[in-house]
Formats: sequence, C-alpha cells, structure tokens
Amino acid sequence: MSEQKPGWKELPRGAVSTKSSRDYETGDWGVDKPEFDRAKCTKCMLCHFFCPEGAIFVREDGFTEVDLKYCKGCGVCANECPVKCIEMVRK
Amino acid sequence: MTKQILMGMNGDEASAYATKQVNPDVVAAYPITPQTIIVERFSEYVADGEVDTEFVAVESEHSALSNCVGASAAGARAFTATAANGLALMWEITYIASSLRLPIIMAVANRALSGPINIHNDHSDSMGARDSGWIQIYCENSQEVYDASLEAWRIAEHPDVQLPVMVCLDGFTLSHTMENVMTLPDDIVKNYLGEREFITVKGHAGEGELRLNPDLPMSMGVLDLQDYYFEHKLQQVDAMNQALRVIPQMDAEYFELSGRRYDFLESYRMEDAEVALLGLGSTMGTVKHVVDELRAEGVKAGAIKMRVFRPFPVDALVEAIGGLPVLGVLDKAASFGAPGGPLYAEVSTVFYNRAEKPLIKNFIHGLGGRDTSPAMIRGLYENLLSIHGKGEVEEKVIFVGVRE
Repeated sequence: MSEQKPGWKELPRGAVSTKSSRDYETGDWGVDKPEFDRAKCTKCMLCHFFCPEGAIFVREDGFTEVDLKYCKGCGVCANECPVKCIEMVRK
Repeated sequence: MTKQILMGMNGDEASAYATKQVNPDVVAAYPITPQTIIVERFSEYVADGEVDTEFVAVESEHSALSNCVGASAAGARAFTATAANGLALMWEITYIASSLRLPIIMAVANRALSGPINIHNDHSDSMGARDSGWIQIYCENSQEVYDASLEAWRIAEHPDVQLPVMVCLDGFTLSHTMENVMTLPDDIVKNYLGEREFITVKGHAGEGELRLNPDLPMSMGVLDLQDYYFEHKLQQVDAMNQALRVIPQMDAEYFELSGRRYDFLESYRMEDAEVALLGLGSTMGTVKHVVDELRAEGVKAGAIKMRVFRPFPVDALVEAIGGLPVLGVLDKAASFGAPGGPLYAEVSTVFYNRAEKPLIKNFIHGLGGRDTSPAMIRGLYENLLSIHGKGEVEEKVIFVGVRE
C-alpha cells in the first residue's frame, strides 16, 4: 500500500490511460485455463480467432498456445474447438 | 465592426446556418420534432456541396451521440441535434462525451419528455441532463441561437475547458418561428473559429494531443475504478470552474466581432427593482415586455434572464440580485418529489448562507407547451408584490396556468 498515486491535477485529462492495455495482466482473474491435446489438434486455429482476449497465439509449428498472463479462463476456445482437443482445467 | 447580413430564419434554421458556416467534420443525427429542421437543412447543405461535412444518418440518438464521440475522439469537429426523448436515448453517452473531454456541440430544441406524448416546449429534457457534465446555454430568440451556435465551439474547445456544449432553444416558440437574424459573413466565421485546438496529455505511449492517432496510440474510455475515477470527476468539476472564467472572455471576443454583447445573465431594468422574475429561454422575452408595461405604470419590476445554466454563474447571480427584496423563479420543468423546480432549488442554494438575500418564490409553468401569456406574467408580478407587502412567502412553490 506504499504506492503513491497521482492526484487529479497531475493525471492526464480525458481519463486517458497511463498504461498500455498490455500492462494490465488480467490472467489472474480466471479460475480455469485451457489445456491442449496436440495429438488431436488439427491446427485449424479457430481457438485463436475465437479467443475474446487475443490470449491464444499461433506458434511457428502451427499449434496454438495460450498466454496465461491474459487468459481469463472463459472457456470459449474449448467450446468452439471442432475436435474437442481443449479441456478447461484449474489454474 | 463586421458588416452583417440580415436573414429571416427560425431558430432551427439559425442553428443549421451557423453550423454550415462552422463546416464541422462530422454531423450525426436522427430526426425528432422540433429539432428536425436543423438536420433537414444541414443535410441539404451536404447534398448541395456547401459543406465538407461527413453526414451520418444513424438509426437512433444513442448512435448519433456515440458517432460524435468517436469522431470527436479522432480529432473531428462533431455536431448533433436532438430533443426530448432523443436526448433521453442519448443519456449514457452524454456522460461519456463530457468525461472524455470531447468538445461536441449539440443543439437541443427543448421539448417535453414523454409520457404522455407531447411535442411542445418545456425544459424537462435538458434539465434532466443538467448533471451530465455538459455546458448549457439557453437562448431567448433566433439571434441568440445563431450567436450561441458559433460561440459554443470556442468555449467547448478552449484548452482550459474541453467540454461539450448544449445550445438549448425552446421547441416551436423558437425552433419554428421566423425572426430577423443578423449573420456574419462566412470568411469572418471561418477566421473566428480557426482550427480545433487540442490539449496535450501523457498517455502510455508518450506525450501528445488528446485524440486518437495511430502514430501515438492512446487508450480512451478505459475501466477506471475506485483508485482513479474520483480524481477524473474532480477534473470535470474543475473544467466547469474554468468555463466560468473562460465564458466571459469568449463573450467579450464575440462582442468585438458581432457587436452583440452576451453574459451569463441579462439583467433587465433591475436598478431599484423591488420585484423580479428570473428564468431561462424564450419566456424571458415576454417577461421583459411585461416589465416595460409595469414600469410605465410605476411598478418597480425587473427581470433576470439566465443564459448560461451550466456552469451555474453563482457570483454573477449574486451581483445581479444585489439588494432585490423579492425574486420569483420561473421553472419550465417539474422535478417530481423535489422541494421545487431545478432552477429554484439551485438559486435558493446560492442564497441560503448569505446574509443579504431576497424572498424567493417558485413558479412552475409552461409544461408541455402550455402558453405563458403576458397577462399570466403580470399576475406573477402581482403575486411578488403581495409577498413584498407581507414580507414572507407563504406558498413557496406554485404551478401556474394549470387547471385544478
């Protein structure tokens, strides 16, 4: 609690954010996280496109991976996966 | 002084014509009586190529103001117009526009809020928006509509203010009534308005103009919880205080340009007045007429027209009232369950802790376009004179012109 926050005279007007949205690590909001079974994965990338947080990225090898710094554990990826290779497990 | 052109225009046309001269980047609006003429005229200017404006025909007022928020955030000059239920539908976005400090201009052709459905004038629409963080200017006639529709941009965009402005004109009484309006030449208006000014803020990617710009990304309208929201509200409180300082400067500048002098308030025959009515908008023209009649009969009557309601001009009001013994406050809006009309409540607050103050009575009138005639106003002055005789206000709030 030692952090000294700026007062209204110092803060930028228009409530402009002083931090980038990348700096807000919202991954700790969630309870669950996706776990990928790469043996079943067809590299269709639907989970990447459906992720509302943009937290699922595509690796060099074509498989997808989740960035837990931003994953809120909503489960949209697991729901949308056509081959059901994503399972939601406790973080 | 600048050579001017006399035109015959109703209040809506005066608003549209002034806005044509402003040539805003974006106009987004949805038609609603009695504002419709503003947008109709303006869309003709767009179709005829007289402006460079991007005209967005939206599907609702909520979208109209949202569109203006986006445009203004991107650096555009954005204008919209609405009335009554249209303003009500814009509700959540009015607060967002002011908190993001976007200098949007909105004409409000004041109309009674439904229900029951009524298209005629009262102030229930804009009075409901009095806490939304917008500056509010109330016009008495079409000339004032024209002038305010130009000056509003300078006030809104002033670096110390950066707030949206509502230019309020009484529905039908002003919006649809032809009057003589002195207008400035296009090039003079263009020069007067110049380019939109931006303030500098420090966002996450560095310091720059407060607007969305791909070269310097900025996040606007983000989540703002317990640890910052209150500070941002203080900035809006401060902006209104700054507007109190800036508006007289802008009025003085506009006087230089046009020869028409405006102020927060217009005091009419207030020197030595014993009784006076204070109010907003077109009713005050009729009130001044009655004051002239009463003065001719030897009655010490005066009037105060409040032109700027937000920010509330406390010091100017105290000065205008001076040692006046009895004040009647005209409200054209009911505030259900409140101790009186909104203007009355605020005027009373200003004087509560002052040693020198008038006896104050509230007259709520004209709801849903009910006519407030000179004879009725004369009756109100008689009421105030009887209070002056008795030295007390027995019934503090009364509704006038309504059947029992």
